[in-house]
Amino acid sequence: MKASNAFWAEQLAGQIPEGLAREIEIFETELRLRRQGKIEERVFAETRLRRGAYGQRYDSGQRHDGKKVQKLLYPSGSLTKGPNTLWDAPGMQRIKIPGGGLNARQLETLAELAEEYSDGIAHVTTRQDVQLHYVHIDDTPSLMRRLAAAEITTREACGNSVRNVTACPFAGVCQDETFDVTPYSRALSKFLLGHPDCQNFGRKFKPSFSGCSEHACGLANMHDLGLVAVERTVDGVKKRGFQMYVGGGLGTVPYQAKLFDSFVPVEELLPLAQAIARVFAQYGEKKNRNRARIKFLVNDLGIEKFRELVLEERKNLPPDPRWTEYVQTAEGFREEPLSAGGTIPAGDSEDFRQWIRTNIRPQRQEGYATVTVALPLGDITAQQLRDLADIVRKYTNETVRTAVEQNFVIRWVSCADLSEIYRDLKAAGLSTAGAGTIVDVTTCPGTDTCKLGISSSRGLAAELRKRLAEQSFNLDAAVENLHIKVSGCFNSCGQHHVADLGFYGVSRKMAGYAVPHFQVVLGGEWEHNAGSYGLPMMAIPSKNIPEVVTRLTNRYLAARKKGESFRDFIKRIGKAEVKNLLEDLTRPPAEQSDRGFFRDWNDPREYSLGDMGVGECAGEVVSSVDFGLAAAERQVFEAQLALEAGDYHRAWQMGYQSMLQAAKSLVAAELPGISDDPEQIVQEFRTRFYETQKFFDPFAGGKFAHYLFAAHRNVEAPRHPEKARFLIEEAQLFIEASHSCYYRMGTPVTV
Amino acid sequence: MDIQHVNVKLMVQNPEDADLEPLIPVFHRWIQDQECEELLLDVADYRHVPAGPGVVLIGHEANYSVDNADNRLGVRYNRKALLDGNLQDRLEQAVRAAIGACQRLEDDSTLNGSIRFNRREMEMFINDRLLAPNSNRTREALEPEIRALCQRLFGGAEYFLGHGESDPRKLFSVSISTEKAFKPNELLENLLV
Repeated sequence: MKASNAFWAEQLAGQIPEGLAREIEIFETELRLRRQGKIEERVFAETRLRRGAYGQRYDSGQRHDGKKVQKLLYPSGSLTKGPNTLWDAPGMQRIKIPGGGLNARQLETLAELAEEYSDGIAHVTTRQDVQLHYVHIDDTPSLMRRLAAAEITTREACGNSVRNVTACPFAGVCQDETFDVTPYSRALSKFLLGHPDCQNFGRKFKPSFSGCSEHACGLANMHDLGLVAVERTVDGVKKRGFQMYVGGGLGTVPYQAKLFDSFVPVEELLPLAQAIARVFAQYGEKKNRNRARIKFLVNDLGIEKFRELVLEERKNLPPDPRWTEYVQTAEGFREEPLSAGGTIPAGDSEDFRQWIRTNIRPQRQEGYATVTVALPLGDITAQQLRDLADIVRKYTNETVRTAVEQNFVIRWVSCADLSEIYRDLKAAGLSTAGAGTIVDVTTCPGTDTCKLGISSSRGLAAELRKRLAEQSFNLDAAVENLHIKVSGCFNSCGQHHVADLGFYGVSRKMAGYAVPHFQVVLGGEWEHNAGSYGLPMMAIPSKNIPEVVTRLTNRYLAARKKGESFRDFIKRIGKAEVKNLLEDLTRPPAEQSDRGFFRDWNDPREYSLGDMGVGECAGEVVSSVDFGLAAAERQVFEAQLALEAGDYHRAWQMGYQSMLQAAKSLVAAELPGISDDPEQIVQEFRTRFYETQKFFDPFAGGKFAHYLFAAHRNVEAPRHPEKARFLIEEAQLFIEASHSCYYRMGTPVTV
Repeated sequence: MDIQHVNVKLMVQNPEDADLEPLIPVFHRWIQDQECEELLLDVADYRHVPAGPGVVLIGHEANYSVDNADNRLGVRYNRKALLDGNLQDRLEQAVRAAIGACQRLEDDSTLNGSIRFNRREMEMFINDRLLAPNSNRTREALEPEIRALCQRLFGGAEYFLGHGESDPRKLFSVSISTEKAFKPNELLENLLV
């Protein structure tokens, strides 16, 4: 689309590493061939995904405009860049930022690209990447060249590959870390990028590094490969190494990573990671995407067997000099301050003092501090990126990193400069206080731009942020330190499972209308590297979620015991009490003319069409399917109560029963009078809803139906707590899928 | 120089009073009715970002927005797709599109006149750093064309051409202002002459 696209290769000749330049040339050729129909769309889709070029919402060429489904008639017509993905439809470009590390020139490059190819905004993700939205595929080679000239790659930012290697943004300056993990994250990132052993995965693979086990920054427990710095004394010599975790992951059903080894010496880091990659490529699921993450492999094999396979593979690996070379080179990494240290000023305004309290963290190097630049919803403008570049040049040796809480962290700021840097950040609109607090809501893109979004996570996050910011000066510390994370769907990109208050988008029918909802997920733990996962409680209409936050935080303040965490508080009062507290919020307003309730945040369109005609009995019409699904929800709630009570056998049984109930409700719509016989229910469900694909999610396919089939096969309920928890998560998702299926059954158009 | 991607921003009157929230349904309505020449796709809400793009109507060939970049609120047209014709044609197309959008917003009863061109100030940008870097050379090359357009746009009335920021990292831009106040329709009529 850009007039200059033809000239960037020549302009940047010699400034791009040769290998990278060649790769971009190849991609450009592939683009040309796809335009000519000489590459299959599926192959091209994986090609572009491996270069970070994603599809975006409405790229199928149709969009529901609030009144009707509009065909989007693009100039390139039916030409596609992937299955059901039109060529001209705007896409998202993900840009890998290993460990979140950036310099001023790179910030300026991102600013240029945001302005020229996107809509003027760069978005920091929950995995330290940067994303640009509304990018035309024809512009991507130029965009990639400009990044490459600034030493940034988009390679393997998406697709079935090793994704961005994340690391604690405080690594090297943190008070509590064992040692600086930065060099090792860089070495691993460089080693695995484009590695032949990482090209044949069934799904993505996400590594992460943390300098300690107490804080959240690395989130090691929710990664495919999590590495936590540890030291061990061997023969009187202190040695560096890592606790290595494998098989963690959020996604639809979250898995805690398993400890692979309590001490992997640094020289074994790369070869062991390579061996894990080989085992994943060899034994991991390939056909069924829904079971292709390494967490399923580790779970299916068991950690002992998995470890055995990896160690066997490790023994057979041909030695690679890069194992030590990359680590040794990386260990030369140093960051130095630009100016002499100082002391933190008292400050002469309440705003400044608040900012110091929430956004400043003293470094372990005396006289220096990190400054967190809190970005609303992870968004930053092109001009702010340039201002940030100026600021990191002025006060530091360009030491700035992105953080998983969708912020920037400026490192090595002399405490003597804090007043001045605050002034400069304020001028740039980057001095918002509340970093890492309840105000700093994390969110994925949701329905704004993501194809999978169900509810508007950004809209909700913006609303919560606005309301909480208004109260920020008066928030009790116990509430201020809570974390809110929002995902637009069950796929967990907003990391809702590890928040104190997590929300993920679902939909429900109410009074004959589809209404955007969020599942409330409580009891997750952000600290201890995402130490534990919350469980879904109940679905609440989107517009009532702010009230959910108010009630839960008020109740916590009023009823908590001294020093009791929110997670422990929720555990103590129990799910039944939480349900009582929120039950009335599940209902629509008495006044049906309040149309805002039936719409999503900041989106005036009717949430759905099809069956939403307002009949005279709209408020009372409740079908037998509605009743059946409500019963399934009750059962899954009882399963959660049983899990809470430690009755894992009953928890599993109730979870299974809830799926059967939901399946029966759907079947009953076609076969009234179906019996309660599980065999008949599953058989009829399979024939009528699975084989016909009526139950299929537009993106996840038949994945959720398999949860029922698997539970039905293993009807002898295990008494294992983790298995019961998985089953309940699956049951919850099966019920959500049943709601969606029921919605589609009565809706002639697909939005 | 094959200059494309012209952006035009018309400054809004009393920006401190402008509320951007009602723009969201207005832009959605524009999509429903496909009100513009471009294929209109979606609405992006960036009101939470200080001095940001505000509310953006994403189109295939161009974006429309009420944008607050540099803390200057204005109705902006951002041409993305290539255009035939010469530079004068492209400048005129972008100016027309921005004025047209402004006129529609002024006429929209749901906005109660809150988004209204201040009648005197606009900015022009070229959103392509390679072909139009923010330099004296670009200014020298473009200024005659911009002046020719302004001559017609303001019907020979006096205007002032200011050069945007000198920061070479920024987009090439010029600011255009007039003593005389012009309504959007007057400007469009002038271009017909």
